[in-house]
Amino acid sequence: MDFRDTPAEAAFRDEIRAWLSENLVGEFAALGGRGGPADERGWDTRMEWERTLGRDRWVGMSWPGEYGGRNLNFSQQVIFNEEYAKANAPARISFFGEGLFAPTLIAYGTHEQKSRFLPKIQSVDELWCQGYSEPDAGSDLSNVATRAVRDGDEWVINGQKVWTTLAHRAQWCFVVARTEAGSTGHKGLSYLLVPMDQPGVEIRPLRQMTGSAEFNEVYFSDARTSADLVLGEVGDGWAVAMATLGFERGTAFMSQQLAFQRELREIIEVAQSNGRSKEATTRQELADSYIGVQIMKYNGMRMLTDLVARGVIGPSSSIGKLFWSNWHRTLGERAMDVLGTDALLVASEGNGEYELEDFHQIFMSSRAETIYAGASEIQRNIIGERVLGLPREPR
Amino acid sequence: MNFAFSEEQDQLRDVVRRFVEEKSSEEEVRRLMDTEVGYDPNVWAQMANELGLQSLHIPEEFGGQGFSFVELAIVFEEQGRRLLCSPYFATVALATNAILNAGTSDEKAALLPGIASGETIATLAFTEPNGRWDADGITMIAREDGGGWVLDGTKMFVIDGNNANLIVVAARAAGTSGEAGISFFTVTGDAQGLTRTALATMDQTRKQSKLEFAGVKATPLGAAGQGWSALSKTLDQAAVCLSNEMAGGAQFVLDMSVEYAKVRVQFGRPIGSFQAIKHKCADMLLEVESAKSAAYYSAWAAGEDNEELPVVASLSKAYCSDAYFHATAENIQIHGGIGFTWEHPAHLYFKRAKSSEILLGDATYHRELLAQRIGI
Repeated sequence: MDFRDTPAEAAFRDEIRAWLSENLVGEFAALGGRGGPADERGWDTRMEWERTLGRDRWVGMSWPGEYGGRNLNFSQQVIFNEEYAKANAPARISFFGEGLFAPTLIAYGTHEQKSRFLPKIQSVDELWCQGYSEPDAGSDLSNVATRAVRDGDEWVINGQKVWTTLAHRAQWCFVVARTEAGSTGHKGLSYLLVPMDQPGVEIRPLRQMTGSAEFNEVYFSDARTSADLVLGEVGDGWAVAMATLGFERGTAFMSQQLAFQRELREIIEVAQSNGRSKEATTRQELADSYIGVQIMKYNGMRMLTDLVARGVIGPSSSIGKLFWSNWHRTLGERAMDVLGTDALLVASEGNGEYELEDFHQIFMSSRAETIYAGASEIQRNIIGERVLGLPREPR
Repeated sequence: MNFAFSEEQDQLRDVVRRFVEEKSSEEEVRRLMDTEVGYDPNVWAQMANELGLQSLHIPEEFGGQGFSFVELAIVFEEQGRRLLCSPYFATVALATNAILNAGTSDEKAALLPGIASGETIATLAFTEPNGRWDADGITMIAREDGGGWVLDGTKMFVIDGNNANLIVVAARAAGTSGEAGISFFTVTGDAQGLTRTALATMDQTRKQSKLEFAGVKATPLGAAGQGWSALSKTLDQAAVCLSNEMAGGAQFVLDMSVEYAKVRVQFGRPIGSFQAIKHKCADMLLEVESAKSAAYYSAWAAGEDNEELPVVASLSKAYCSDAYFHATAENIQIHGGIGFTWEHPAHLYFKRAKSSEILLGDATYHRELLAQRIGI
């Protein structure tokens, strides 16, 4: 048990710091920690920043060298993310491509598929979105009705996806579709890679409670993709889709707590300046949030140690997801409490736009966090059944 | 970065787990909690002679083995799983740390070898009838009398106060308040003028005493008037030990709940298949794992003796207190009627959780202390 860097880790940390201090300047630095999966602020600058990261191979840093990666291990990835968060660098755009699709592609893709897609993810020339949820397939994801049928050397896709974050920005979508007519449940699904820029794909924005519209409905009407753009075996899409979800629930939260720490610090500063920090209840709540964010760090370090030793993260990633999403939701509520009447007003300039302050953003966007990537109730089922071994619900 | 126990530490855990399982069965816990001393002297001797547990973190120069708080935390966690009835917490977490923090080299050489060998059972008497865990709670006056020191006043909630043959006492100089003027003293258990009364405790698995001092001659420990920083550190270290003990108990009741939820059938199916029960267990696991993370991390910080200790000690004590109590309460609920009976062990853990929560300051107290310590 030792929480200090090894000499090699310390040297790597220095390398990251040097790169960031050299590159995270000017308008990039001015972005602060802005942005997120449901927050498009500063988009163009963030895209440019993302390409700067890609240019120096900090996008795809864990990938094998033959695909342009740096082959970094888990510890190094965490160190990078720690330094990235400490530097208050912009939120990453490439989450769906780099964070979700790429690891799935590396695990299940052919050499041709990897060579085709990974370089474009790294150069940020192609963004990805996730075609999972449907109107009748939310927590019960295996109920997807979108179907794909073979027509010569192409798949023809029909159906509707929903809550598709950044579909309007993405060039590609990984789509879970039913390729075996008449199949139900987990069987007969395939994981298709579908280009977004085609007549058969229609994107309709959905306005969120935050006022902005980062997610969308996506309608496939005889949309087409090449027959070889199936990840994994045809009919084996469920396993591939679950692997992606594992990455989504996986290691991201380990460095996320640094961004959370900063949010908490800002809330504490406001409480100190408006006097709420003198109130016993507020002090209890702020201390409790502090405890939570530290424990997130300790849990993350324990999980990372386990990951390094065993190579897989497994269902215990559900514990991390359940913990951070609930913690963040409570933080958002406490931020409102600390603001008091200041919480009543949103747009500071009075320009008629519904523009959220940073604390409102935490308060509202955190409501999505206990829903996406498997709702908290689903996480509790996973923990109950796959970690504790409790019997499944009869179905 | 490495957040795992070493192979040697895992071996220590195995040895202690086997020992505690053998010596602290539920039957044995129930037998001992009904006795006045509340522990088995033979087991205490075996802990010292066969396992060397009392000497674990005492430096080698004072008759110990020189291990760190991480090893100590393992022992507390394993004891907590089985509610081992023993003056170990009083002796090792409280008295030994107080002596290590406050004592001069000569005083340590005089006091610690007896603890290390298991001959001495010791405790720390600092809480008073006012029930406070901070410096202001100490009102007992130490006065100089003919070249020696004399103590007058009452100490309460003294853990294993009746069992200890060495009592470390915190008292203050007349006319001082707060953190100033606090000193440590030692007295023997049979000192003249000391009246010891065993208290009727809600949690019967850990004994407490009232100690009344009437002109008791006491030996100074450490520098006069400079005791607070050593006491504060002792309380932090003891909170770390108690946090690990609580984490062990919390894991044990979670296992108990999950086992029962798998076998208890209602409505034609195991109750663990119902989400109402399954989700309770999932939340318990999240809290138990988090409690362990906090407890282990705090043990590392205590072992390193770094500047993080005060913050992580309060953090760990607050979180583990809440998590342990919640786990024991849910354990009763999941067991239903049987969980409310005297013969089921659920209440033993429920009561131990509540007493552990209150001892050294409850979660509310530690969250406030934490707020101060992180500058809110």
